[in-house]
Amino acid sequence: MSADPTAGAKRPGVPLIDGIEKVTGRARYTADLMHADALVGRIFRSPFSHGEIVRLDVSKARAVEGVAGIVTGTDCPHGYGVLPVAMNEYPLARGRVRYRGEPVAAVAAIDAKTAEQALELIEFEVRELPAYYTSEEARAPGAIPLHDDKPGNLEREVHHHFGDVSRGFAEADLVREERISCAEINHAQIEPHACLADYDPMSGRLTMQSVSQVGYYLHLMLARCLEMDTSRIRVVKPFIGGGFGARVEVLNFEIVTALLARAASGKVMMQLTREENFLTHRARPQTDIRLKLGMRRDGRITACDCEVVQRGGAYAGYGIVTILYAGALLQGLYDIPSIKYDGYRVYANLPPCGAMRGHGSVNTRHAFECLLDRMARDLGLDPFAVRRANLLRAPTRTLNDLMVNSYGLEECLERVESASKWRARIGKLPRGKGLGMACSHYVSGAAKPIHWTGEPHAAVNVRLDFDGGITALTGAADIGQGSSTMVAIAVAETLGVSIERVRVVAADSMVTPKDNGAYSSRITFMVGNAAIDAARKLKAILIEAAARKLEARPEDIECGEAFRVGHGAQSSLPFAEIVKEALVDRGPITVSGAFTCPPEAQGGKHRGGAVGSTMGFSYAAQVVEVDVDEATGVVRVDKVWAALDCGHAINPLAVEGQIEGSVWMGMGQALSEETRYVEGLPLHASLLEYRVPTSAESPAIEVQIVESHDPYGPFGAKEASEGALAGFPPALVNAVANAIGIDMDELPVTPDRIVEALVERRRRARLATAQRAAS
Amino acid sequence: MQTQSPRSRKRLLKLKLNGRWREDAVAENQLLVDYLRDVAGLTGVKTGCDGGECGACTVLVDGEAVPSCITLAARCHEQSVETIEGLIQQGRPNRLQRSFHEKLGAQCGFCTPGMIMAAEALLRRNPHPNDGEIRLALSGNLCRCTGYIKIIESVRTAAETPA
Repeated sequence: MSADPTAGAKRPGVPLIDGIEKVTGRARYTADLMHADALVGRIFRSPFSHGEIVRLDVSKARAVEGVAGIVTGTDCPHGYGVLPVAMNEYPLARGRVRYRGEPVAAVAAIDAKTAEQALELIEFEVRELPAYYTSEEARAPGAIPLHDDKPGNLEREVHHHFGDVSRGFAEADLVREERISCAEINHAQIEPHACLADYDPMSGRLTMQSVSQVGYYLHLMLARCLEMDTSRIRVVKPFIGGGFGARVEVLNFEIVTALLARAASGKVMMQLTREENFLTHRARPQTDIRLKLGMRRDGRITACDCEVVQRGGAYAGYGIVTILYAGALLQGLYDIPSIKYDGYRVYANLPPCGAMRGHGSVNTRHAFECLLDRMARDLGLDPFAVRRANLLRAPTRTLNDLMVNSYGLEECLERVESASKWRARIGKLPRGKGLGMACSHYVSGAAKPIHWTGEPHAAVNVRLDFDGGITALTGAADIGQGSSTMVAIAVAETLGVSIERVRVVAADSMVTPKDNGAYSSRITFMVGNAAIDAARKLKAILIEAAARKLEARPEDIECGEAFRVGHGAQSSLPFAEIVKEALVDRGPITVSGAFTCPPEAQGGKHRGGAVGSTMGFSYAAQVVEVDVDEATGVVRVDKVWAALDCGHAINPLAVEGQIEGSVWMGMGQALSEETRYVEGLPLHASLLEYRVPTSAESPAIEVQIVESHDPYGPFGAKEASEGALAGFPPALVNAVANAIGIDMDELPVTPDRIVEALVERRRRARLATAQRAAS
Repeated sequence: MQTQSPRSRKRLLKLKLNGRWREDAVAENQLLVDYLRDVAGLTGVKTGCDGGECGACTVLVDGEAVPSCITLAARCHEQSVETIEGLIQQGRPNRLQRSFHEKLGAQCGFCTPGMIMAAEALLRRNPHPNDGEIRLALSGNLCRCTGYIKIIESVRTAAETPA
């Protein structure tokens, strides 16, 4: 677990080990799997936002020739959900529907046309109930609870208080409070959801191939909902076309498809439309933030008081974790002596929200970094100086007991300040042009996983057989981030062999060890460490064999494509020879490596204290340069400079790609992405209405990798995929303020919001002039 | 077996698919993407949306990049259709495929086939595009992973490589 001797060495970028498949079209994503023999699944969804189910009659649908199976809520009485304490959702509605688009029934038929014809014959009646589409409506006195056990439609309240906030505000030279809101956004991964479920009635086995980021959760929930023994289920991940958190939770369609496959005793292919992807949602919630900060004249923060309201949608999902993250990750970035946090997760009659890249941290970080800039302005301080006045010193523990073991924020600040020529340019740009900056951070995996079993946080098996090929088996889901490539590099480098010798088999429950999955940026840190651990065990076996063969002491042997005694001395044997020797007596070798986060890393003892805990935070700073057209309200991003401390870049090529992608995803949230509903009906349910930035609107992003060499990370590495996202929206809003002198309090910063703000400013100016003239 | 709808009229489609002529009976309303994926088995052609939104299904028809999900198969009669699979020559990926691999123009890879086909059409009509021209040519193809940075770089690198 300690830093490797090679830490500090710059590695070359390694193209993805599965990259050739992707660029040649050979990669098989779920929809590409052979399914000519499969039935086609379709889902009947509630057209009502809220109602008690009065009648659901599928008899006419069942009678359609070619329909092989129909399932409804009566086929699955088990609630499911990602959090063991909040499983309040059914794969198919039972008793009540709570949002438009909620699955009610499903059909498997011999072709799509027949399945769709059957859907039209389903008879569905509800007694409509009042529906709530905003947090205020849902929390208003007298509102009917969506869930009987949650009065006031509050899924969870969080009240955390660390340090002495009243004293902190009393000691401040400036106290400022703002209200900032962020629209709901969607992952919009380019591959639509799909799964292929195969139930064999003879053996009673189910094989599920799906787009899941966490096959292990899916495995558990399939067993629960279908009342099957886990040993009769196999979950396989094909190539996955992006996740970003969309597929961290088990999704209703996955369980529905398995239910259909069993009902029809066969194989069912389910492919959701893009519209259904938006209905299935699970992304970042609409959030209202009230934030008050106290600051001394020198920029030192004295107190933070933050209230967050998240509109979580109709079911719990990840909600409790999201509202806890929003408070917990106020900490870990700066040294703040007192923090009060009040969080409210609210139910509403809209598709459930869930985890999305930067889970829980993004919107509060946005508000925080916007307010820091405004206070810097009030005090006549440079935005960089305010951040520098509040740096942490690693190693340390935050007020809420989060470990900070490595901290490269200071270097990130220096890098982007210098690359953007901030000092020479800030305040000197022409009207309409502006510079803004912000910082952010994120966890390298949760030090306490949601399904706490006491097992290691990650396990990797490494196999070596007669052919001399080294096979790493990992349950970790490569969703495009390059995790399998990272495993290959970790194994090859530890053994000193060529990466071409290493194969990676990933995410097939029949052969790979259980993994907690691709979420909260845990894979590099945890699976990377487990892979190194396994490779070291294999190395010890090989060195022992080489010592026998070369008649030398093990400590004198160098392991690699050739085994040598001492430093390239006369005795040397090729890898294949040593493999032969190692296999004598013991046969094919399999070793297991593991990684565990120690208890002291697992967060504070207060309620919810485990959320936010991690072995290593990534740190990021960025500068955004904008051009605001005051006639049209269009904000164009001209350039971004981003620096991220990932501890150590195991694969610099992939790290750059992750930083660029996360910064850009932050840009989408900042500028154009927004879901909109009318009476619960989505107005945004296509990629034309939901505005993901195109290549024509996307800026150049100059990336700098900062390496703080984390003492516990694999080769010193930490996460690189999420930390930079949260910095973009505030850096953009700060840049807009710098360009046109207006503080935008709502995300996204669309042209209509800019124009509205400009009109309001002109109206106020006229009013002030008129008042002055009158007095 | 379910009976075919009597209204589903078919016609003989003759096209040159990835360099080989072939003939198939296709319904008049069959979409090109479905023909390519389900009839010809070319699953490198992706579907990412409900029609004309994302560009993942982009193929070349007589050298021009078109979204195959809003193109009728029948429209391609006696024309040349190229997909990502057709860019491989004697087992060797072409320059765009190589540069997208080496420069990490593909992360999850789902938009990649369509993206590469759009870039291929660009390089055929404009062998030395500047960044602005590349960005414009690819603006109908959404990518959610890369921020387009390494995609632009991949296309630039390919343009500098002899075809």
